[in-house]
Amino acid sequence: MEKLLEIKGLKQYFNEGKPNMVKAVDDISFDIYKGETLGLVGESGCGKSTTGRTMIRLYDATDGQVLFNGEDVHGKKSRKELMQFNRKMQMIFQDPYASLNPRLKVADIIAEGIDIHGLAKSKEDRMNKVYELLQTVGLNREHANRYPHEFSGGQRQRLGIARALAVEPDFIIADEPISALDVSIQAQVVNLMKKLQKEKGLTYLFIAHDLSMVKYISDRIGVMYFGKLVELAPSDVLYKNPLHPYTKSLLSAIPLPDPDYERSRTRKVYSPDVHQYTVDDHVQMREVAPGHFVYCSEKEFAEYKKTDETTL
Amino acid sequence: MEKVLDVKDLHVSFDLHAGEVRAVRGVDFHLEKGETLAIVGESGSGKSVTTKALMRLIPNPPGRIKQGQILFDGRDLARLPEKEMEKIRGKEMSMIFQDPMTSLNPTMKIGKQIMEPLIKHQKLSKQEAHKRAAELLVLVGLQNPEMRMKQFPHQFSGGQRQRIVIAIALACNPKVLIADEPTTALDVTIQAQILELMKELQKKIDTAIIFITHDLGVVANVADRVAVMYGGQIVETGTVDEIFYDPRHPYTWGLLSSMPSLDTDNETELRAIPGTPPDLINPPKGDAFALRSEYALAIDFEQEPPLYQVSDTHYVKSWLLHEQAPAVEPPLMVKELRREMPGNYAKPVLAGEGI
Repeated sequence: MEKLLEIKGLKQYFNEGKPNMVKAVDDISFDIYKGETLGLVGESGCGKSTTGRTMIRLYDATDGQVLFNGEDVHGKKSRKELMQFNRKMQMIFQDPYASLNPRLKVADIIAEGIDIHGLAKSKEDRMNKVYELLQTVGLNREHANRYPHEFSGGQRQRLGIARALAVEPDFIIADEPISALDVSIQAQVVNLMKKLQKEKGLTYLFIAHDLSMVKYISDRIGVMYFGKLVELAPSDVLYKNPLHPYTKSLLSAIPLPDPDYERSRTRKVYSPDVHQYTVDDHVQMREVAPGHFVYCSEKEFAEYKKTDETTL
Repeated sequence: MEKVLDVKDLHVSFDLHAGEVRAVRGVDFHLEKGETLAIVGESGSGKSVTTKALMRLIPNPPGRIKQGQILFDGRDLARLPEKEMEKIRGKEMSMIFQDPMTSLNPTMKIGKQIMEPLIKHQKLSKQEAHKRAAELLVLVGLQNPEMRMKQFPHQFSGGQRQRIVIAIALACNPKVLIADEPTTALDVTIQAQILELMKELQKKIDTAIIFITHDLGVVANVADRVAVMYGGQIVETGTVDEIFYDPRHPYTWGLLSSMPSLDTDNETELRAIPGTPPDLINPPKGDAFALRSEYALAIDFEQEPPLYQVSDTHYVKSWLLHEQAPAVEPPLMVKELRREMPGNYAKPVLAGEGI
């Protein structure tokens, strides 16, 4: 598998050096492969959105590297280099009401990227591109002359997707793209995202807190807790064989649409005290099984390896 | 079982410039003492409007309760004068809203907000109310109540704020608690804590809960019975097992199969319900769901389906249960969970008056 992105020791601190310093993202490393969907889960405030935003340069990283196709995203860049990079990486936001300019027509919202990057040869070409994009996301060409307020939440999220696709990106960061939508509409948007991925070979970073949807859409899932990545594994493995106690607690908290399961489910509570880490424990990401990484000490690593072998 | 609430043929409309929006169109249900009834459905299905009507919180104008009865304690709340209603609201029936950030007064200390209903309804003195408020905070799991009572809402996290809202709602030991999406804005771990808290308190004070949500996982967790709403009507009700293991209405099938379970593999496409909710200014003739349903029969576009009864507790409003209707296959995800319910009749019968 070819790596599209490599995140190495990424740190994002806010209010650095002040008493109210927040380590929103604290030294995390992972790779994203071409054509895959990587899910990122965790509770609010764990740093999952900040990770996404730092990757796309909405924040300047405090430390660490984000390599996109082998090239560092952060650091000095000429205008031209930035333009090129911005085209390759796009974002879909959570709130479809706040992320579309209410004073622009749909055609202008979608074509904004096309204009900036000069992707259309003529006015006619520009409109054709807009129509095509609208059709790709399941809307029709008559919608191009309307304003965002004329659309429902699900339709707006489709517009957000069309806008992201307009500049033909390789990589899309979707930050809670379905959390604000109704159940039946969520399924429509997720199906659309999967379809587009197949057709265009897109790579996604899917940030969410709805774990059943994340499992459904992702190839691999990373779990974050207080700015750290604590576990990273292929999605089936993570659900069947979670190793980090926080992942276990998170999974045990999801209610499933099955009354019998719900009657027997018991919630596990996570407390960071269980680790009893000391200074010379060298807590870091370790590969317990191929592709299954856990943030742990040397001692825990041995234990996790044992449990992993017995469960398989 | 004792009925605490009995809603009969409730109609709620909003008079707008564009015409009369018939948000709730003939809803019948009841609530038993100490049970939890979940109401599910998509946005605009009328679930929030129904419960707001129970509390008489529909703004008038433009809204009004057009028709029907809400029987509570031998009285019809739909016709009660506002002065009388004030004595019930917050005392015998109370409500928790979705957003814990906006349902508390940001300029008032927490302690005072909890004491308010105690002084107004329970006629406690200030000292007694203060003592009781501190007890309530401990009851909902907040430590250090004396210090906490002097704080303002912004000094609490979302989960803590929802706990405070619950404390206020339960201050007067209400007979009915309406919870409108109380955990939607919260994280899974916090959601689990709040649900556990609600269940524990329900046992202690024997409150009946109406729980509105669109998260079917939460429904499976909290509900004793479930009512599925679509287009301002209840299209199916039953016990939680009947709804999850033996659903009969195509809309319920759609809801159940649009959410992936943890076993759904990545290749199966989710079965999104196509289209958009019906226009309630001109509600469709016949079955409101027919336009979006692949199971629609010719009669669905002509005539509204009657209510059929599948068991003592299971009611379905769909022509598919008519004896001449063709047999249909429900979607795969529904079929996988389906099992025979012991209380089912030999075949569906037309429901009589009242549920």
